[in-house]
Amino acid sequence: MTLRTLLLAAVLSLPFTAPARAGDDWVPPVTDPLVKKECGACHMAFQPAFLPARSWNKMMDTLADHFGEDASLPADKVAAIRAYLTQNAGDVVNQGRARKYMRHISGGDAPQRITENPDFLRKHQLPERVWKDPKVVTKSNCPACHVGADRGWYEDD
Amino acid sequence: MIRPVILGVALLLAPNPAFAGDSRRDAIIADYAKADTGHAGFSAQRGETLFRTQWKGGDERTPSCTACHTDNPRQPGRNAKTGRPIDPVAVSVNAKRFTDAGEVEKQFTRDCKNVLGRECTAREKGDYITFMMGQ
Repeated sequence: MTLRTLLLAAVLSLPFTAPARAGDDWVPPVTDPLVKKECGACHMAFQPAFLPARSWNKMMDTLADHFGEDASLPADKVAAIRAYLTQNAGDVVNQGRARKYMRHISGGDAPQRITENPDFLRKHQLPERVWKDPKVVTKSNCPACHVGADRGWYEDD
Repeated sequence: MIRPVILGVALLLAPNPAFAGDSRRDAIIADYAKADTGHAGFSAQRGETLFRTQWKGGDERTPSCTACHTDNPRQPGRNAKTGRPIDPVAVSVNAKRFTDAGEVEKQFTRDCKNVLGRECTAREKGDYITFMMGQ
């Protein structure tokens, strides 16, 4: 390979190498097919980096009352999803936006709502009409405004 | 040789319920028929009534199936609680519907609880699928 090809390859690969741009508006995307399918059945499959592992453990323990919904799953699926979420949790990966979110969560806490994190609230001080948009429905509907949310991108849109 | 291929492709693409048959869906229907005491056939009309009825016992945000699936099951819907888009339920526009028994049971369990405030009977499930097969 000539130097030129190497340089070209390096330049071309830049936009696709997430950690190279792993700034404040990025978290590692969900890659596990089961997590994508089951968590994504009713809402966006939120990236595990937004909550610490103990939050995900609590959530997987309480699926029968999942924010008022019975989201029960067979035990083998619960175990597989739990493993992925806890291994990629915010206090484990500590990458991108996760660092900021984790700063607001104290040691013993296991918060369940990403939308109540002070960092989320600080970045979402929006007029009421934005939240009332029929496409939005609820604050946890990230892709309604963040077109790259599924890929972990939460740049200001 | 080209013409029969084109005809075949055209038939496959046509949104005709007659071509939306699927043995997995037939098996699901047959299972519900078996579980339906005094079974005397499923009814698309009863299924439509189930789909459009405003129930009282469930979550107030989802008083009917139409709360998420819209009045027209051939249209995409939207989860009334999360805002997530939902693919059409009508088999004519979404041939994957009602082809995975586990998924079908899981969805009925969740949705019946939310909309009707109780489990659906085997007859209601069979009626619902029968209605969607004609849509």
